[in-house]
Amino acid sequence: MDGRALKKRTRKCVNREISIIAYVFVILFAGLIAYLARFIAVDGQEVINSSYNKRQNMLEKSIQRGMILGSKGEILAKTEYDKNGEMTRVYPYDSLFAHTVGRYNKTKTGLENSMAFKLLTSSSNPIQKIFNDIKGERSPGDNVVTTLDVNLQKVASEALGSKKGAVVVMEPSTGKILAMVSKPSYNPNTVDQNWEKLISSDNEDSALMNRATQGTYPPGSVYKIITAIGYMRQYPDSYRNFTYTCDGKYTIGDDVLKCAGGAKHGKVNMEEAFAKSCNGAFASMLANMDLSEFAKTNKDMLFNTSLDVDIPVRKPSYTLSNKDNDSLRARTAIGQGNTTTNPMHLAMIASAIANNGMLMRPYIVDRIENAEGTIIDKTAPKSYARLMSESEAATLTEYMEGVVTSGTAKALKTKEYTVAGKTGTAEIAGANPYSWFVGFASKNQADLVVSVCVENAGSSSSYAVPIAKKVFAAYYK
Amino acid sequence: METIIIGICKYIICLLVVMYTLYCFTVFRKRKESQAGVYGFQLFLMFAIHAFSFVCIFIGRYMDTTEDMLKCSIMYLVQVIVFLVFIIAYRLAYRKLSPLVFNNMLMLMAFGLIMQTRLDYDDAIKQVIFITIGLTVCIIIPFIIRKIKYLKDFGWIYGFFGLICLMLVFVIGKEKYGAKNWIIIGGFAMQPSEFVKILFVFFVASCLSKAKDFKSIVKVSSLAAVHVMVLVLEKDLGGALIYSVVYLFMLYIATSDIRYLLAGFGAGSLAAVIAYKLFFHVRVRVIAWKDPWSVIDKQGYQICQSLFAIGTGGWFGMGLTKGLPTSIPVVGSDFIFAGISEEMGGIVGICIILICISCFIMFINISMKIRLEFYKLIALGLSIMYMFQVFLTIGGATKFIPSTGVTLPLVSSGGSSILSTIIMFNIIQGLYVLNQDDVESRKQQEPRTAREGRKRRRNELEDTIV
Repeated sequence: MDGRALKKRTRKCVNREISIIAYVFVILFAGLIAYLARFIAVDGQEVINSSYNKRQNMLEKSIQRGMILGSKGEILAKTEYDKNGEMTRVYPYDSLFAHTVGRYNKTKTGLENSMAFKLLTSSSNPIQKIFNDIKGERSPGDNVVTTLDVNLQKVASEALGSKKGAVVVMEPSTGKILAMVSKPSYNPNTVDQNWEKLISSDNEDSALMNRATQGTYPPGSVYKIITAIGYMRQYPDSYRNFTYTCDGKYTIGDDVLKCAGGAKHGKVNMEEAFAKSCNGAFASMLANMDLSEFAKTNKDMLFNTSLDVDIPVRKPSYTLSNKDNDSLRARTAIGQGNTTTNPMHLAMIASAIANNGMLMRPYIVDRIENAEGTIIDKTAPKSYARLMSESEAATLTEYMEGVVTSGTAKALKTKEYTVAGKTGTAEIAGANPYSWFVGFASKNQADLVVSVCVENAGSSSSYAVPIAKKVFAAYYK
Repeated sequence: METIIIGICKYIICLLVVMYTLYCFTVFRKRKESQAGVYGFQLFLMFAIHAFSFVCIFIGRYMDTTEDMLKCSIMYLVQVIVFLVFIIAYRLAYRKLSPLVFNNMLMLMAFGLIMQTRLDYDDAIKQVIFITIGLTVCIIIPFIIRKIKYLKDFGWIYGFFGLICLMLVFVIGKEKYGAKNWIIIGGFAMQPSEFVKILFVFFVASCLSKAKDFKSIVKVSSLAAVHVMVLVLEKDLGGALIYSVVYLFMLYIATSDIRYLLAGFGAGSLAAVIAYKLFFHVRVRVIAWKDPWSVIDKQGYQICQSLFAIGTGGWFGMGLTKGLPTSIPVVGSDFIFAGISEEMGGIVGICIILICISCFIMFINISMKIRLEFYKLIALGLSIMYMFQVFLTIGGATKFIPSTGVTLPLVSSGGSSILSTIIMFNIIQGLYVLNQDDVESRKQQEPRTAREGRKRRRNELEDTIV
């Protein structure tokens, strides 16, 4: 082999290595392009749907904001243009859906905010879209179809009447939110005109706030559900033998915890204590529990965690620790301490109990359709978390049924369906107590969860329970 | 009316860019004779894209006052004249330039100028000035490469001179965008690392083409490592990465020994882990990449805005001036890709990536044809340097990889970046010319029988570059 040939061979050889490098880079870039294409076609659609993205106004020039619809196709929000091309967002049900559907004017809220980019995406025929672009006409944006049942929403809203408070209605087997009412409400059609009044500091209504998800309510006796789960977990073999003799007072040092209405429940087991909502019995349960274990139970019940629902929900808070005194401990056991929650959160706990311990992810957007009604994206029900075991859920259901058959919610007793629930009366310093009911109704299976909180009302049986009753009745009608 | 025109232009521009890009690849297959027309047509497409883009920018952004209208028209004319002048000048100066590389260089510059004019008029003026200076000064580079034969003898001088320039920033450096790698000369901020990277390639090519024994490799590697270390100290992560990757691949080609490459990447990964543990600003970049949404108010802000821009733009874009690229911090330089993708569309964005790939394939092609190892290594080093930088900036803007803060060569604003890339492109052009000379001279020098000659000529025709 002479020198030239050798040189030629090494050159070939080196070139082989160069082409290897070239291929490496081409593959790298093929990956980048594939990733980018996927992002634009699929992932980007999710990403841009963020309130941090300031491009909505830009899109509104080329896309007509889509409609928000009820579960049976009722129009909850639509866009209209006047002769000059000025756009108005119209809400045919006025104040009824103000907190869930939200508003368009004065910083978007609710679905108007969280679904903004879905409403401004046109999934109609792309050729038509190009033509519209060229003609300078707006393409119709996609419609958001919600899980909201207009009839139930009306019933819940009327039942709550002029009281402040909130109602959440959920389907436990899927997580569908069927109704969500917060009172007082406001009319999103006239929010511009009434804005000063709505935000004025001497207005104590806070009508803009969605109490169903943003309220910071003490849970009152509804919290006994959690105390009960905690006790069952810490005394799995002996909780059925629990007894407590109630003389109407539970004494902690110089502090006294009384049972509601001055009642003396006598000797009660756990089921009776739950049905009659005996404060002393639950305070004595928590007095014998390990607090770090109980903190874990609270975490399992989604306290101190961010709740992933279609609309933002305030974090429920539980803070009891060994540093706190016995008085606070006893009050925490019956939902009167520093613990705060909201109707949505308690609806989720009740959903889990109703659904054999498994919480389905609560959702409010059922599907996205294009202007022609073709489904673009459908929300499939999916599990959120298992909050408790099946047997725990069964025991709690039993206890909660006791509340209706022989306890504090007898008004809900009916032959047509079975109701399981828990009432609560949260004492508020210097004001009337808050009235709670959280529970579910079943015929063959658990059909409907209702969570009601009425502010500054009075005892639960006279305020929250009748509201729940009207919703159950409307559902089974 | 305004919306309609911009709407129509958007689709026309998209179509023209796709056509341009297709031609970038079909020329690899066609025979040389039929290519001249294609290249001319590519330039025509470039002017058309530029013109339609300016229509959008004019009616979308510069219609408010007569002064604005005048400013925009002048800007358009100046840009067109600059392009025409240099197309003619380069054609007159060199008969044998690679037309594909030259066209792509102008096309990428045109994208940059369009975006800069749309974003900020003053930046556009600067960009035009830098392009003019760059193309004027660098027109002699192919000539130098061709005529000065002892460029390969300065190995260590390149290395140490470059290192000194890099270290200048420790003495007179200024911090900008979190990296202390800028110096200000006569009112102009410049980044020495942009120019030193070319010296770096020359240094490595020169030293490695001479000696390949282990001891020499250790020496060269040490100096290269010092370069990288200096860049790390300046917090110029993108620069450090580019230098290291280029060095490793050049070492691999020079030695044909895969062990160096593997060892190098092993050491590199280890260094990356250490850097992650050691430096806060490295961790910040990684966090902003892994889950920008959790830190959207702080470190993740830029990348989130970039993704919003690309996502909202979709395939066809919002139309020039119809998007909100200014919501992305430093959109003019590091995140220019997001700005283009938002307003001109994802299709145009992908075409830009493909145009860069076409440049890279051409560079690699040139490197493979060159016989002299020094030049071969230079062509290879510069190809990798170019392509890796493109990868870092576009990958960073799309969240494919963590953002490293490097520019998109020729498109991003920034004098240092533009000038150094023009130098790189013209060096490659010089190597292309040199190789064409080489092929021709071999053709003439070697006496042969007619029959052999025909055969040989056929081989050499294949040897010349498309």
